[in-house]
This record gives sequence, structure tokens and C-alpha cells, in this order.
Amino acid sequence: MSSNVITVPVGQTEARPWVDELHQWLTTVDHKRLGILYIVSALLFLVIGGVEALIIRIQLMHSHNNFVSPEVFNRMFTMHGTTMIFFVAMPVLFGFANYLVPLMIGARDMAFPRLNAFSFWLSFLGGLLLYFSFLGGSGLYGAGNAPDVGWWSYAPLGARAFSPGHSSDYWTLALLVSGFGSIGTAINIIATILCLRCPGMKLNRMPLLAWLNLVMAGMVLLAITPLSAAQIMLLIDRYLGGHFFDTQAGGSAVLWMHFFWIFLHPEVYILIIPCFAFMSEIIPVFSRKPIFGYPVMVAATVCIAFVSMSVWAHHMFTIGMNSYANSFFTLTTMAVGVPTGIKIFNWIGTMWGGRIQFKTAMLFSIAFLFQFLIAGLTGIMMACSPFDWQLSLSYFVVAHFHYVIVGGILFALFGAFYYWYPKMTGRMLSERLGQWHFWLFLIGFHLTFDVMHIPGILGMPRRIYTYEPGRGWDTLNLIVSIGAFIQAVAILVFVANLIVSYFKGAKAGNDPWDAWTLEWSVSSPPPAYNFATVPTVSSRRPLWDLKHPEDPDSRYE
Amino acid sequence: MAGLIIAESAIFTIFVVAYLFYLGKSITGPTPREVLETPIFYTICLLSSSLTIHFAAKCLARSITFAFLGLWLLTITLGGLFLYGTAQEWHRLIYEHGLTISTNLFGTTYYSLVGLHAFHVTAGLIMLAIVAVFGLAGRVSVKQSGRIEVLSMYWHFVDAVWVVVFTVVYLLGR
Repeated sequence: MSSNVITVPVGQTEARPWVDELHQWLTTVDHKRLGILYIVSALLFLVIGGVEALIIRIQLMHSHNNFVSPEVFNRMFTMHGTTMIFFVAMPVLFGFANYLVPLMIGARDMAFPRLNAFSFWLSFLGGLLLYFSFLGGSGLYGAGNAPDVGWWSYAPLGARAFSPGHSSDYWTLALLVSGFGSIGTAINIIATILCLRCPGMKLNRMPLLAWLNLVMAGMVLLAITPLSAAQIMLLIDRYLGGHFFDTQAGGSAVLWMHFFWIFLHPEVYILIIPCFAFMSEIIPVFSRKPIFGYPVMVAATVCIAFVSMSVWAHHMFTIGMNSYANSFFTLTTMAVGVPTGIKIFNWIGTMWGGRIQFKTAMLFSIAFLFQFLIAGLTGIMMACSPFDWQLSLSYFVVAHFHYVIVGGILFALFGAFYYWYPKMTGRMLSERLGQWHFWLFLIGFHLTFDVMHIPGILGMPRRIYTYEPGRGWDTLNLIVSIGAFIQAVAILVFVANLIVSYFKGAKAGNDPWDAWTLEWSVSSPPPAYNFATVPTVSSRRPLWDLKHPEDPDSRYE
Repeated sequence: MAGLIIAESAIFTIFVVAYLFYLGKSITGPTPREVLETPIFYTICLLSSSLTIHFAAKCLARSITFAFLGLWLLTITLGGLFLYGTAQEWHRLIYEHGLTISTNLFGTTYYSLVGLHAFHVTAGLIMLAIVAVFGLAGRVSVKQSGRIEVLSMYWHFVDAVWVVVFTVVYLLGR
């Protein structure tokens, strides 16, 4: 624990040679630097995964297209899915959690700084391992050079007979390694929040971001580990001749599905809960009102966490379970809608009657609310097992989960970038480029993913490499692809904004948004030790108390 | 450590579920009933090592270093005995009954579940041995009591897992 006193250096160090600087970044155990490393590595993988998505979209632009071969197409959608979930979404959210949680609860660092660094490098090297499969995956048989069995790697496709060479092994090892990294980070977040809160920061005064990340970390512990176990089993099957998923020896392919989805459904909530956390910080600040229904928000989050552990098999309605299982998973899946609805209600309640400032961060947040609602509604549709039988494995499902992940998670993340970038770098992001980014991305997003529902309803299955003309899919797919390119342009604007603003942005000062949580009380970027004296808080909005001594929140708690 | 234990429990749960799911689903022999013998002696060894480590940690907290070292070494011995027992059982299974991890489903699930546990025992023993080396060098005192407590928590967890594994593999599984 970081109980020993940190001496405050007098005057920041002068410009160091870049080798020195690089060495500092590589060996750092500072939670802020590790947070930034997480975020930067995730952005790197976001661009790579995005390029893969564009390749997929070019291939599907019109029928009988020959842009890439079927083999390459399979690799692209496998790598796109794996990259986006494990090496973009997870690291970027962990990055924000790493950066913000200690600052928000008034701690000087995470509970285990070295474990923190270890976890980051595990996750990052896991990503490199996955991409090394492009070079090293050909293996002894010279077959395949990247995983191409879909990012679910359903048995028996993952078995040695159907996936020769080493590409699947790279996939397995990458997920195993980065999974261990995630577990380390989760333990770290839990220990930090439970043990290192500053004086006066009771659990019911903690910022919602810290609360939601606590819940998220708890879910990581229970959800990532089944995946690790399943990966170990797959390795045993592939290397030691085991029979876990080998149906010819009595094993079960369905068991892999269960293990995979036991992990993967909670994973969706692991990704979305930190985004709820961003919303719960950004919306109040730009509505100039405290969050509506704080205790209910916490309760709803915990509720989502519990229920989401028992919904996994709604991904498996089409494999033929008995009607009891179908009904059970239909009911639990619909039940998740209730606490989620409470949350959306509370955010709207926060905005209601507030003096809303339409900064870019707020625009992304409002778009998030709208799109997440729609994603939730198609989710409820899919939860009905008869409906799911009709549309599962079609482009309708692809559109649904991209609505959640792009329309929900990515929009929330962009909001978080615009909100916290000034704290991380000391410079404001350009609002003008931000507006361009927002509107381009919004238009591209809706063009792509609204339209994508329709070929799904018309029967276009997912993961096909090309299709016959004359089914009414051509125009729709062309529109979807055009939307994808508009999104790509928006991402370029965003990256340009990040880089330009870093050098030329307006100086941010400590508290550009007039916000209320502790991270805004220190300089931007915060000093290595965060707080020269550990703060004492007496309400949920410590900075409000500081700015308004005549009418502090603590009077009403 | 509590977090790690939750995570580890989830991993073991998955392996236990796989074992139970595949019970009796092997297409070829040998079956658990034919080849497994209940390792009562070694189970007693492992479970009693939980007691000894508990008292060792207690002694250290009261800074009775000598008793701590004695009990600590006893814990290592008991844990080592348990590992020896597992090794002997595997040797017997492999050479007398020809059961390996690739023979049938029982082999696959049995070796991976028991092996995962044995791996945790080994990891625990390595950590215990490091503490023992420091202890013999006179470097472990009441100041490290907190860390020793954490380590003993891990060891209790490994024992608790064995209770589950034992029940599943040797009692229910036959």
C-alpha cells in the first residue's frame, strides 16, 4: 500500500533526452501514466480494428465482389471482433478507470502500483501476440496466417483438425494472457476503492464513477475467469490430446458455447457499466444539477451485475435448448431491461430542468442515451426466443450489438475523451473539430447501423463472404459501407483533434467545466503524487462545497 | 487476495462443472470406479497443513518466532507429502491402468482438474518455501505478520478447493 510519505519535488524537472523519457514511460508504475498507456494502446488497436472493418465493408459493398478472398474475409471478421472487444474496449475502459478512480477518491495511487504495470503490459503484449499471428501463425502446415474461426471460436472449429497451424493458438494465448491482465487490474481497482478512500469519503459519498467501476471490477473477477478456464481446456485439447470439446470422444461442443457465453454476456456489461459511469459524471456537470437518484443508480448497477450473470444462454437459443431453459433465459434477459431503464430515467431526470450546456462531451452523452435506448429495445426483441430463432445469426444481430458497442460504448467513450482530455493533458480539445467529429460520426453511425437491421430482416446471414444479386441486399449494403467510411473520416478528425490540441489547444486550467469531483481540484495534468495534502470530503460534491461555502451540499446529507 | 480467491474460485468452478458434466460420458474405459482409490492419508495431510499454517501465523503475530518456524516447516512437509501422493497416484494410473490425458474424457477432465489443483499446491509450496528461507535467515518477524496472513489465506483456499475436488472426484464421481 502507498502509505509511505511521498516527498514533493521542488520544481518540475527540465526537458529530458527522449531515451530517458521513453525509459520513464516503459518502467512507470504511476496510475496516470499507465492509464494513458492503456488508452493510447487501445486507440492504436482501434485504428487497426477499424481498418479491418473497412475491409469487410468494401468486400460486402456489392454482390459478387472480389476485393478479398474468402479466407482473408474470415480472418478479418475474426480479428475485428477479437481486437475491438479485448484490445480496444477493455483496455480503454481500464485506462480511464486507472486514471480517474484514484483521483476521484482522493488517493495518491492505486493500491498495487506494480501489479498495475504488470497488468497493463500483459494486456498490451496479449494484443501484440494476437497480431503476431499474421507473421507466425502459418506454423508447420503452412495453413492460415491469422485466426479465422470467428471470434467465438466455436468447437469443433477451434480443434486441431479444423484449425491447423498455430493461428488459433495465438488467439487462445492472447486472450489468456490479456485475461490475466484484466484480473490483475480488477483486483487492483477493488482494493483501491475499498482501502484507499480519503477521509470522509464514505461509500455513499463516492462518485458514481468509482462505484460503477467497483461493480465492473467485481464482474471481471467472475466473468473473465471462465473464459480463461475454457481457453486452458482448449489448449489441453489442442496440445495434450484432451477431449473436452471433441464430440467424437463423447465431449461436447455445446459446453464450449456455454463457457464462452458465461464469460461473454457479462463482458458486455463489463464494457457498458464504465460507460454508464462516464454518463453519470458528464451529464450532471453539463446539466448543472447533481445526479438524480444516486442510491437508486448504485442499486440498479448492482442489480444489472447480478442479473447479467444469468442471461448468457440467450446467445444460444438457436442451438436447441429445452423450453424451460428458453423461458428462463428469455425472462432473465427481459429483466435486465428494468434496472437499465431506471438508469436512463435517472439521466433524463438529471437533465430535466437543468441548464444544459451543449458542449461536445454532452452531445455525445445525449446521443448515447438515445442510441443505447434503441439498442436496448432491439435487445428486448432478441430476448424473445421465437423472435431470436428467426433473426439470430443474421445481420439484424450484427446491427443490434454494434448499436450497443458503437452507439453506446464508443459514443460514451468519445464523451469521456472530450470531458477528461483537459485533465490528462492540460489542453482543451478543439470544440470546432469536436462538432465536426460528432456530427460526421453520428451521421455515419446511423447510416451504417440503422440500415444494417434491414438486410438482417430480409435474411442476410452474418459472416458470409459475398452474396447473390437480386435479393434486395445490394443497395442496403452499399449504404452501410458508405456510412462506415463516413465514420472512418470522423475518427480521423478525432485523431487529428487529439494531436493538434495536444500542441495548440487552449490551456485548460484546473477546472474547465466547473465540475464537482476531486480530480478537478488538482492541476492539469495532475502532479505525480496527485494530492499534496490528502483531501477531506464531507459530501458527494466536494468541489461544490469548496466553491460555495455559504451553501454546501453537506448541509443536506 | 480476496479478489484473487474469488477469481480462482470461478476458474475451479468451471473445471468442476466440466468434470461433473462429463461424468460417465466416456466412450472407452477405464472408468473412475475401476481405477481411482480414495487418497485418505494424503487428504488428511493437506487438511492438517491448514491447521499448522493457521497456528504458525498466530505464533508469528505473538512473535514466538521459533514455534512459527517449526509449524511453517511442518506445513511445507505436509504439503509436500500431499504432492507426493498425487504424483504416486498419477504414476499408478499411467503405468498400471494406461490412463493418460488423451485416453478418454475421464482422463482429460480428471488430469486437468486434479492437475490444476496440484499446480496451485506447487505454487503455494514455492511461496511457503521462500518464506521459510527468509525465516531461517532470521528475516521474518512480527512486522511481516500481515503478509503471512495473506499467504495463509491462499493456503486455506487451496485446501478448501481440495475438499471440493475430493468430494467431486472421489466421492460423487464413483
